[in-house]
Amino acid sequence: MNSLIPIFVCVLIVVTFGGLMLSVAAWFGAKAKSPATKAKSLPYECGLEGQEKESSRVPVQFYLTAILFILFDIEIIFLYPWALTFNDFLSQGQGLEVLLAMIIFLLIFVYGLFWEIFSKALSWK
Amino acid sequence: MGSDFFEITVNFIKIAVIFLLMVQMVPLLVWVERRGSAFIQNRFGPNRIGPLGLVQNLADLVKFLCKEDFLGHKGRKNFFYAAPVLSLIPAALAFGAIPLSSPVTIQAFEWLGRSWGPYTFYFQSFVISIGIVFVLGVSSLAVYSLLLAGWSSGSKFSLYGALRASAQAISYELALSLSIVGILLLFSTFSFSEIIAAQNNPLQFYFFGKQVSIPFLPNWGIFYQPLGAILLFVALFAEANRLPFDLPEAEAELVAGYHTEYSGVKIIMFYMGEYGHMLVASALMVTFYFGGYTLWPFLTPEKLNLLFSSFHPSWNSILTSLILHGVFMLKLLFFLWVFIWVRWTLPRFRYDQLMDLGWKTLLPWALVNTIVTGVWIFLMRSF
Repeated sequence: MNSLIPIFVCVLIVVTFGGLMLSVAAWFGAKAKSPATKAKSLPYECGLEGQEKESSRVPVQFYLTAILFILFDIEIIFLYPWALTFNDFLSQGQGLEVLLAMIIFLLIFVYGLFWEIFSKALSWK
Repeated sequence: MGSDFFEITVNFIKIAVIFLLMVQMVPLLVWVERRGSAFIQNRFGPNRIGPLGLVQNLADLVKFLCKEDFLGHKGRKNFFYAAPVLSLIPAALAFGAIPLSSPVTIQAFEWLGRSWGPYTFYFQSFVISIGIVFVLGVSSLAVYSLLLAGWSSGSKFSLYGALRASAQAISYELALSLSIVGILLLFSTFSFSEIIAAQNNPLQFYFFGKQVSIPFLPNWGIFYQPLGAILLFVALFAEANRLPFDLPEAEAELVAGYHTEYSGVKIIMFYMGEYGHMLVASALMVTFYFGGYTLWPFLTPEKLNLLFSSFHPSWNSILTSLILHGVFMLKLLFFLWVFIWVRWTLPRFRYDQLMDLGWKTLLPWALVNTIVTGVWIFLMRSF
């Protein structure tokens, strides 16, 4: 736990620095002389007025990308302990079993990846 | 953080200084970018303000500080203000975990009537034995600041820009993590200091069962993993939202994407986060593939300690550290220049080209890299 204290100190320093910059800007910055007009406070719309439809539709590709990212990220997490201890296994003469086990795992991974590439789950239009 | 008052104070100042190092690289990099891009495009960059245009950044900062702080009526104020600060935190934390030079050991000395014991100060904000995993995890937090910025601006353009930026970031994180698996297979450790120490030797590897050592080349990762280095470099470009993966902040596409509604100092902080990610990316490349702060056979901690052995051991250690830090900085600046060079050379990718590159090109090649590295290491050790 002792070696993690500098991390919190670092975060504190960064947040203080950010807060300082924001407050300096708020102090120095130009203030609006009159309340903001309706045109000024509308969201940016390239000069047109209020094109916002109430139901903004987000393409479903984002959702698919996020879910696929989670799945593949978990598979990569399984690769990390293997990569770390591979040399130890090799020096004890058990390298072949460990390597074959991981290659079978990776083949399932690769099959999944190629399936979803060919099934156009990742194609953006 | 340390056992007694002196050590705690020095460590605290060290954390602040390393963060400020990241912050002050931003004006330097912006100047290099503006003059360098002008040089590439055969024109002058800013050269009016100050000699060679060096004071331009100060003038810009003053201008940005004086802008009005405004948010449309659909935005959410708290998250809007929090997002730029949040974008600084991952870059700062990741930069703090990377060793910038060799540790400084100070012998016991007398001061103010008591003896302050021998200390070891590491040249990094915090010493973590799981360095690589920590940096990867913390870099993933950068996605939060993108999403928060885009959503809290209250504008459709910002929201779409943020979604595209975050989808791009998470796609390239996979290729990033896989390229690092290649490094782990080689060095078998998560800790950055051990990886740098392993690169401090002549090139040695197993070749069909015998151990071969090439005496004139250092043990750099680039000789073992050229494909992994290229994959990591490309993935790091995408993580830092730099061209050619610039679409989330492109001007003609989405009117500056997720930071459309930001003005003044908050945009400066987003740029600090982006350049901070660039800095972390260059530092990772240098640490994994190019030997970190050592340059075997010329500038290694042992040789420098020998060179300075006529000094007091504390000064010996401090001078060694400073020279090795200079080595690290030169390599870092080279990679930062490559970032800027690539930005102004390549055209921007279209969004579906970008996602295709991440999923259909980088990810399969990273898998190939992993499998080939594993099989190669096995075959070379076992004959």
